[in-house]
Amino acid sequence: MSTGSSLTPPPAVSARRGRLALGDRVFAASARGAGLLILLALAGVFVFLLIQGIPGLSVDPKEYGQGFETFWQYVGPLLFGTIFISLLALIVAVPFALAVALFISHYAPRRLATPVAYVIDLLAAVPSVVFGLWGGRALSQALKPVINWLGDYLNWIPLFKGPASPNGQTALTAALVLGVMILPIITAISREVFAQTPRLNEEAAIGLGATRWEVIRLAVLPYAKSGVIAGIMLGLGRALGETMAVTMVYSSSPKYMLNIIGDTSPQTIAANIANNYAEASADKQHVLIAAGLVLFAFTFVVNFIARWAIGRGERKLAR
Amino acid sequence: MNAVAVAPSTLAHPRLPRWAPLVVAVAALAVGALLGLILGWGPVAIVLLSGLLYVVALPAWSRVLEGRRAATDRLMTNLVWGAFAVVCVPLLWLLWNVVQKGAPHVTVHFLTTSMRGVFGSMEGGILHAIQGTVIVTLAATVIAVPIGLMTAIYLIEYGRGSRLAKVITFLVDVMTGIPSIVAGLFALSLLVLFFGPAFRAGIGGAIALALLMTPTVVRSAEEMLRLVPSDLREASFALGVPKWRTILKVVMPTAIGGIVTGVVLAISRVIGETAPLLVTAGYNDSMNGNLFSGRMTTLPVYIFNQYKTPGAVPLGAHAADPPGYARAWAAALVLIVIVMILNLIARIIGKIFAPKTGR
Repeated sequence: MSTGSSLTPPPAVSARRGRLALGDRVFAASARGAGLLILLALAGVFVFLLIQGIPGLSVDPKEYGQGFETFWQYVGPLLFGTIFISLLALIVAVPFALAVALFISHYAPRRLATPVAYVIDLLAAVPSVVFGLWGGRALSQALKPVINWLGDYLNWIPLFKGPASPNGQTALTAALVLGVMILPIITAISREVFAQTPRLNEEAAIGLGATRWEVIRLAVLPYAKSGVIAGIMLGLGRALGETMAVTMVYSSSPKYMLNIIGDTSPQTIAANIANNYAEASADKQHVLIAAGLVLFAFTFVVNFIARWAIGRGERKLAR
Repeated sequence: MNAVAVAPSTLAHPRLPRWAPLVVAVAALAVGALLGLILGWGPVAIVLLSGLLYVVALPAWSRVLEGRRAATDRLMTNLVWGAFAVVCVPLLWLLWNVVQKGAPHVTVHFLTTSMRGVFGSMEGGILHAIQGTVIVTLAATVIAVPIGLMTAIYLIEYGRGSRLAKVITFLVDVMTGIPSIVAGLFALSLLVLFFGPAFRAGIGGAIALALLMTPTVVRSAEEMLRLVPSDLREASFALGVPKWRTILKVVMPTAIGGIVTGVVLAISRVIGETAPLLVTAGYNDSMNGNLFSGRMTTLPVYIFNQYKTPGAVPLGAHAADPPGYARAWAAALVLIVIVMILNLIARIIGKIFAPKTGR
């Protein structure tokens, strides 16, 4: 009640004009209703996926394909593939995202920082299907020699066991594309927390004779830690649910395996849905929706933790 | 004063001269080029090697002359600049590819025909996809904007500090992270429940996109409403204007620029969504203007479809690529141009309607 915006006109005024008080009530109710509708929609996502997904848990085993007996046998490798590819994308994206965030907040000359931030936002605006097209047609062509080299010389690492795919369309390519796609999110959030470091902390470090890197290591990074982790979690959430970049870049099958440069690699839930929705029978459709529910639950938890971490960071800053 | 000015010569560390980075850069490029030419590498490998040499060589020199701390600082500076340079590569590469491979195929014919009856190396077009994208996105906007706007009004004007408002704010944030394909599946299960398992129509896509759009609209509108100074509200209340008219006539007009910017940005965000439309609206070769019946092609799904089924290389043609890829690149160019124009419009609106702070 102390904030200006929640002031209400004096009761005498609204009481005198009954018609207007009615308008007030209707407007307030519809605003509140819209908010409730959003809660309802979110609950609806869960409910409808449950209604349509539960029958998918117990369909004829042949719908699962590949000799899987139960739904959990079917979704297990998919969940593994989803997490696996997303973690690879994180490994690619995080160092670069943090470096670019530092570049914008601390290294770039002021005149350069704004356009760079804009360019990174531009990267976020490119539709995922275009990333998929680029990854499947252009990047994969360029990566062929790299993939062959990895398959020839580093094949003692399980990731690069090979045999190397001849067309370059591998899970490695997809992980790179995904990395590029989630970089803007991680950069945007880290950049904000880096920029919020109290000026005095930095100046104190400078006053003690710290170099620029020491200022960042001693004053900026400890301060920004929870925000950065939240940004990474949000990036992970995006990578988990990304469909097109994965579906278009490599051919996949629901198997547990680590090889990321071969002809076929572990499939993600999203790619599984996109690959199978077209020729899906009613039963298969239930199975796919159930798989989508698993993906939703998983990303929900990841996002929940990320938002909670951000909220905690903000409370810490407010103190 | 004089005594102090003389003394530092022993206190100060030796520093690298100002021209050191330039010298190292030239040297690194020279060594890289030499090695590259001897071993017969391409220009990309030479640039990579030279960059790597520079990143390592300058700190090494600094380590010898300036000490460990300065060397670490120089190394990190180099790494940060290097990371930025590397990140620019995919963006430029992608844009260049889309323009170079797409531009020759974006003709008037391409923009004004559909894929109806197109086979082999016939040119085909994207008119049906553009129509579908416009209809579906408009429908999504019509659903998402009122809900999002009213929610933002509730959060700022009515529910401030209340428990419900906190829950809504938190869940809107979580909603931002719903995978787009899950939004598609939600719309699909909603429709399938009522209209049977084979039902596919544009409205499903619109529902899915609306679900993805709403949180963006809420967040941006919320931020804009928060910027409206309370003085304006109080002045209006003091004149005896009821709260709802104050919101509609005073608060909204003040914030309208930012709100419209947020809405346009939200549209540009969802217009490129593929997965939810693939699942709900499907693919169709012909024009379909009916949101509520029949499959409806959208631009992203068109790109995906042409990529997945590019067709055969025409007999006797020297072009190595099947015709579908060319169509996919061209459609990708059109899609990117639409997204960029929307972003530009959002920025211009934001500039024009920016709250005037000077008096």
